[in-house]
Amino acid sequence: MDAVLDNLDVFVDGFTTTLTLTMLAAVGALVLGTLIAAMRVCPAPPLRWAGAGYVNAVRNTPLTVVFFLAVFGLPKVGVSTTFFRFAVVALTVYTAAFVAEAVRSGINSVASGQAEASRSVGMTFNQTLTLVVLPQAFRNIVPPLASVFIALLKNTSIASAFAVADATQNMQGLINANGSAVIWILTATALGYVALALGAAFLFGLLERSLTAAR
Amino acid sequence: MRALRITTLAAAAALTLAACGGGSDGGDDTAAPSTSESPAAFADGTRMKELADAGKITVGTKFDQPLFGLKGLSGEPEGFDVEVAQLIAAKLGIPEDGIEYVETVSSNREPFLEQKQVDIVVATYTINDKRDEVVDFAGPYFVAGQDILVKADNPEGIEGPDGLAGKTVCSVSGSTPAGNIQQNYPEAKLVLFDTYTKCRDALRDGTDGVVAVTTDNVILSGYVSESPDDFELVGKTFRDEPYGIGLPEGQEEFCQFINEVLQEADEDGTLQKAFDDTAGKFIESELELPEPRGCDS
Repeated sequence: MDAVLDNLDVFVDGFTTTLTLTMLAAVGALVLGTLIAAMRVCPAPPLRWAGAGYVNAVRNTPLTVVFFLAVFGLPKVGVSTTFFRFAVVALTVYTAAFVAEAVRSGINSVASGQAEASRSVGMTFNQTLTLVVLPQAFRNIVPPLASVFIALLKNTSIASAFAVADATQNMQGLINANGSAVIWILTATALGYVALALGAAFLFGLLERSLTAAR
Repeated sequence: MRALRITTLAAAAALTLAACGGGSDGGDDTAAPSTSESPAAFADGTRMKELADAGKITVGTKFDQPLFGLKGLSGEPEGFDVEVAQLIAAKLGIPEDGIEYVETVSSNREPFLEQKQVDIVVATYTINDKRDEVVDFAGPYFVAGQDILVKADNPEGIEGPDGLAGKTVCSVSGSTPAGNIQQNYPEAKLVLFDTYTKCRDALRDGTDGVVAVTTDNVILSGYVSESPDDFELVGKTFRDEPYGIGLPEGQEEFCQFINEVLQEADEDGTLQKAFDDTAGKFIESELELPEPRGCDS
């Protein structure tokens, strides 16, 4: 117990990194994922194929492999940056595939009459998507997106194996230094993740309520 | 009807289990005389007697530590730690197939011992005070030293740990060498992976400014021997890492027994041979058995 209380700053540092990583990757994945979902429903076949190819390639690759490709593959082709940025890239690329599928399911849930009506008043594909379909789609996909982002929060722990000092990596350091309090340190770390995930779930709950259309 | 079916199933399962149990007991009985040559007579009630009678020992070791405990395609871990475990098992009269290896990583060695999920831990297990509070240590059987790996010709001119100030050094999270850098050389920028091979690759690419890797010299020597054109060792060890054999608390007799086994193995050369076959391949040194630290807990 003392080992946890005496090292609270180490836990706080770790979870701050975890949270920063999660938020940066969440924003990146939301943008990239929406773009890919738009590609998958767009009228031009090559873009549809590219979108489907991205989802199938990335969603079916283990996250650890995506990390390997980013951290050890990119430097081989001359792209080098900090380990933290590599982690943001890997998590963004990976999570975007799941976001894309959630967004696509949301787009499909919008009645086709909506898109037909937009086209009949002369809106372009982009206008239809951004002004009519997506706003309604997002309302429907808050619950699955919450699941995707909570999974992302926990997935950030993979970055601990790739030189990012997140909560999991700091936990390993504390365990090595405090062999007599291993269970306490593991429990405290687990509770930290649970607390963050519950916080995220709560925020998504608020978002869901505020977006629900009055019926 | 449903309840009846479940009862029948349970009864059948119990019968099958009983049959299996009986079968393996019989097997042990017949096997026992053939291995009876070596076990010394142990006094009743000692841990050695229990293990020798059972003919089985569960050993916690690393599965991912080259030279010490590395589980390769053969399916059995190999390395110096494994050899040491086999020495101890042999002196207990336990045949090699009576040794069950369980993977222990840095974070679960103490819990595994406390919960008696393993009988002993031989897993590059550095003896330190905090660990000694919850487990007992026999040995040490080996003293590694922390060293620094740099690129060939040492372009950064790193001569020792003080030369790491302001530079990025790589190690493994949760390892003792990493903790040493954090505490005693805070001016070095430390990045941590989960395995040393990743550190080696990051050093090769120089990703994110990594110019050095630090850990026990035996591990680093392995990388130099792999690619002598790419890497070299600074060659000044700056911290001793005594590796001990972890036991659950309160097994002083067993601890003393292990110390005697180590002593004998050192005198008759089997320990040196075990070392030469494994970790010694990459480090030219006579194995010197360190002074046992005593078994009082």
